[in-house]
Amino acid sequence: MTINVDPREHLVVIGNGMAGMRTVEELLKRGGAGRFRITVFGAEPHGNYNRILLSSVLAGDKTMDDIVINSPAWYAQNGITLVAADAVTGIDRGARTVTAASGLRVHYDRLLIATGSKPVAPPIPGLGLPGVCAFRDIADVETMLAAARERKRAVVIGGGLLGLEAAWGLKQRGMTVALVHLMPTLMERQLDAAAGQMLQRDLTTRGIAFFTNGQTEEIMGTERAEGVQLADGRFVPADLVVLAIGIRPNIDLARAAQLDVNRGIVVTDDMRTSDPAIFAVGECTEHRGTVFGLVAPIWDQARVCAARLAGDEEALFASRDIGTSLKITGVDVFSAGALGAAGEEDDEIVLRDDRKGVYKKIVLRDGRLVGTVLYGEVRDGPWYLQLMQAGDDVSALRDRLVFGKALAGAGISTEPDFAAMPDDAQVCGCNGVCKGTIVAAIQSRKLTSLGEVRAHTKASASCGQCTPQVEGLLAFAAGAAVKKKAKTVCDCTAASHDEVRRAILAESLKTMEAVRARFAWQKPEGCAKCRPALNYYLLCAWPGEYADDAQSRFVNERVHANIQKDGTYSVVPRMWGGLTNPKELRAIADVADSFAIPAVKVTGGQRIDLLGVKKEDLPAVWKRLNDAGMVSGHAYAKGLRTVKTCVGSEWCRFGTQDSTGLGVKLEKLAWGSWTPHKVKFAVSGCPRNCAEATIKDMGVVCIEAGYDIMVGGNGGVDVRVTDRLVQVRTEEEVLEYAAAFMQLYREEAHYLERTAPWIVRVGIGYVKQRLVEDAAGRKALQARFLHSQGFAQADPWNARVRGAEAQAFAPLPEMA
Amino acid sequence: MTGWKNIGPVANIPLRGARRLCLTHLGKPVAVFRTGEDEIFALVDECPHRQGPLSEGIVSGRTVACPLHNWVIGLDDGDAVAPDEGSAQPLPVRVVDGDIHIHLPDAKAAA
Repeated sequence: MTINVDPREHLVVIGNGMAGMRTVEELLKRGGAGRFRITVFGAEPHGNYNRILLSSVLAGDKTMDDIVINSPAWYAQNGITLVAADAVTGIDRGARTVTAASGLRVHYDRLLIATGSKPVAPPIPGLGLPGVCAFRDIADVETMLAAARERKRAVVIGGGLLGLEAAWGLKQRGMTVALVHLMPTLMERQLDAAAGQMLQRDLTTRGIAFFTNGQTEEIMGTERAEGVQLADGRFVPADLVVLAIGIRPNIDLARAAQLDVNRGIVVTDDMRTSDPAIFAVGECTEHRGTVFGLVAPIWDQARVCAARLAGDEEALFASRDIGTSLKITGVDVFSAGALGAAGEEDDEIVLRDDRKGVYKKIVLRDGRLVGTVLYGEVRDGPWYLQLMQAGDDVSALRDRLVFGKALAGAGISTEPDFAAMPDDAQVCGCNGVCKGTIVAAIQSRKLTSLGEVRAHTKASASCGQCTPQVEGLLAFAAGAAVKKKAKTVCDCTAASHDEVRRAILAESLKTMEAVRARFAWQKPEGCAKCRPALNYYLLCAWPGEYADDAQSRFVNERVHANIQKDGTYSVVPRMWGGLTNPKELRAIADVADSFAIPAVKVTGGQRIDLLGVKKEDLPAVWKRLNDAGMVSGHAYAKGLRTVKTCVGSEWCRFGTQDSTGLGVKLEKLAWGSWTPHKVKFAVSGCPRNCAEATIKDMGVVCIEAGYDIMVGGNGGVDVRVTDRLVQVRTEEEVLEYAAAFMQLYREEAHYLERTAPWIVRVGIGYVKQRLVEDAAGRKALQARFLHSQGFAQADPWNARVRGAEAQAFAPLPEMA
Repeated sequence: MTGWKNIGPVANIPLRGARRLCLTHLGKPVAVFRTGEDEIFALVDECPHRQGPLSEGIVSGRTVACPLHNWVIGLDDGDAVAPDEGSAQPLPVRVVDGDIHIHLPDAKAAA
C-alpha cells in the first residue's frame, strides 16, 4: 500500500463516456482540480469519444479520430488517472471503495456513476450468433464496418433514430439493407404517422427495404447469422444483423450497491443519488420519472453535477423540452414536444406538400406552442423549440405560425430572439454549448466569422444542424463587425492587402519593419501569416533592392523542396516544356539509386518527382542533378511551377503550331519569378486541348490563325475554366502578353490568392482593360516583369550546392 | 551521467530560426530556436497535432508556426496557441559564454 499524501479528496468516476467526462470537464473549469484528485474507470479501451457521432463514422462522414473528445494525453495533462478497459464490478458504500474487474480497489470520497445505458436485447433466439451486434460503441462500429467490407446483406432491427442511422450508414458502405420495425411507422416516438410515412417513402427510394409491423421471432443461422425470421412468416436473409431496438439505463452496479433505482438510478435535482456521497449523470439516471437518451439535457446534468461537486449549493437540474433530429444526409427531420393533440383542448395545425416532401405540424395548447413535427423543411425547428421553451402566448401568430419564422415572424421583431434567450440555453446539442459561452467567446475574442466561433467554442462544429442559430448569435453579438469584415492581412493588423501594397509603393516602404511600423502592427515581428505576405510584397515592389528574408518563407521555399507529411522532402527537377532526354533520365535514375529514394512519380504537370528524400541529402541530390544540367523545378514555390504541353505540330497530325516549342519559351520566360501563389501554364497545339490549357492560370490554345490566350483557370477543389483574354497571331505576342499578365497578377493579387479567385474578384473585364485595351500599359508591365526576372532567374539549388547556408541542412551536433 | 550538453554557439542558429539536434530527448527529436530577440528555447521537435517538425516552422516573437498545418506553438512553454490545444515538451536550455547548453536526461538514467 502506498500512503496517500495528496490532501485533496478523491473523486472516482465510473464510466468514461460523454456524460461522466463532460462532468469532469465542467468540474475542471470550475477549478475542481484543486479540490479533487480524479480517477476515471472505463470499460472500453479508449479515451473518451462522441458516441452520438458513431453513425457519422459508420456512414463515412467522419473518422474515428474526428470523434475523439479527449485523447489519453488529455487525461495525463489534467492529472486524471484513467483506468481504461477495466470495468468496475462493485461498490462498497460502507467502506467507500469501488472494485474493478482486474481486482483493483480504490477508495473514494465522492463517487460519480456515469455508466450510461445498454442496448435492449429481448430474448430472441440466435442473438449470440457471430454476425449479430448492437450499435452502441466503437467495437460495434468496427464489427459493422468489417461486415460491410466482407459481406453483402444487412438487417437492422429497430426503426428508431439509432436503427435508421445504422441502416443508412451500412447502405452508404455498400451493403444491401433491410430494416425490421415492430411498429407500423418509423420513429414513432419522435414523428407522427404522416411524417413517419414520408420518411419511410424517402428512404425506400434511397434503397432501404422496410419490414414494418415486423416482430422478430428468431435470428436464424448455424455458424453465423443467416437471416431474420419474422412472426408473420416473412424471412429476411442477412449476413449482418444489427439490433437497435432501444437503450436501457445501466443500473446493475447501483442496484447491487442498494442505491434507489427504478428504471434508472434515481437522482434528485442536485444530481445526487440516495447516497449523498454518490452522484449520477447521463443515460443511467432517472430524474422525476424521466430517463434520458438525448444529449442536451445530459449536458445540463453535467453542469449541475459539476457545480455541486465544486461546492455550489444552488445548482439545480430541470428537464425541459428538447428537439430531436436525424443524422442522415439529405433527410431533414425535426421534432420536439408533443407529436399531436392529446385531447379536445389541443389544436393541431398541419401543412403538407407530398410532392415536395414537406410536412409541418405544430401543436397548440392554451395559446402556447407545445409541440412540432417537421419533415423535409426543418429550418424553423430551433425557432419553434425556442417558442416552446419560452412558453409565451403565440395566439397572435396562430394564422401564420405553421409557415415558419420568415412569414410568421414578420409581424414581430426577430431581433429580440437572441437577447431574450437565457445564457444557459443550449445552442449546440452535439457539443453542449450554451448561448452564454458562444456570446462570451465572440465578445472576448472578437470573433467575426462562423469558422472562428466553431474553432473556439465547438458550437455547430459536429453535425452542423445549429449553424443558422450560431450565425444568428454571431450577428447578434458581434453586430456590424461581422458584416464589415474587410479582409486584413492577418490578425496582427487592421490593414488590408491592398492598403499595404499601396503604401509600400507610395511611401517607399522597403523593409518589413517599416511596413509594420506604418500600420501599427500588433506584434512587432508579425506572425506566420503576414511575414510571408510582406516578404513577397516587398520582393515584388523592390526587385534587386529588397533582400529576401528566408526566415519569412514557408519551409518549402526555404529549402527549395516540398516537405511531406513524414518530414522528408520531394525533389522535382525542371524539364522545360516537359521535354527531357536520356542523359537527364539517367541522372535521375542514378540519384534515386544512390540516395535510396523510395518513390519516383510523374506529376500532373509532366515532371518527375523524387519523393522521400532526407533533408540532409538534399544538397548532394541537387548537385548530382545540377551536374546533369538540370535546375530546380520550383515545385515548392509560389511562382511558376510548370508549363504543360502537348507534342504540337512537330509530331501530331492535328497540331496547328509548335506547342512544345512555345511551352519551352514560356517556361524560360517565367521561371524563377515569385508570385502571390503558384502559377501553372499550359500550351495545347490545337483546340482538342490535350494539355488541358483551359484549367491553367494561363493557357495557350493554338489555332490555325494563331493563339488563343486564356487566363484564370484552376483545377483543384473548385474547378474553374479559363476566361478568354485575347487572340494573337505570333509567338512574340504570346510572350508579351504572358509577361504582362504575370506582372499584373504579381502586382495586384493578394498573397496566397490564385489567379482564378483574383480574376473572379477583379473581373476579366478589368484584366482585358489593362492588358488588351491599354497597349502602352501592357508593354510597361512586360518591362517591369523582365526587369524583375533579371534578379529572380538564379537556380537556388546551384547556390546551395556552392555552399550557401550549407549548414542549415545538417542537424546540429553536440560539441566535443 | 545526466546533464547539460554543449551544442555550440548561438550563431549556428539563424535569427528567427531553428535547428534540429543530432541529440535526442529519450529518442525524440529536439529543436532549438533562436528568436529575433536572441532568446534561445528548446522543444521536442514534434507538433502536438500531427508531429510536424517545428524546427522547420516560421518563428515570430516567442512562437513557431508548424509547417504542416500552421498550429502556433509557444516557444517558452510548448503550449499550442488557442483555439488549438496540446503541447510540445519544452526542454531546459542556457547560454554559457555564447554557447548553447541543453539539459537532456541520460537515456540509461531515465530507463
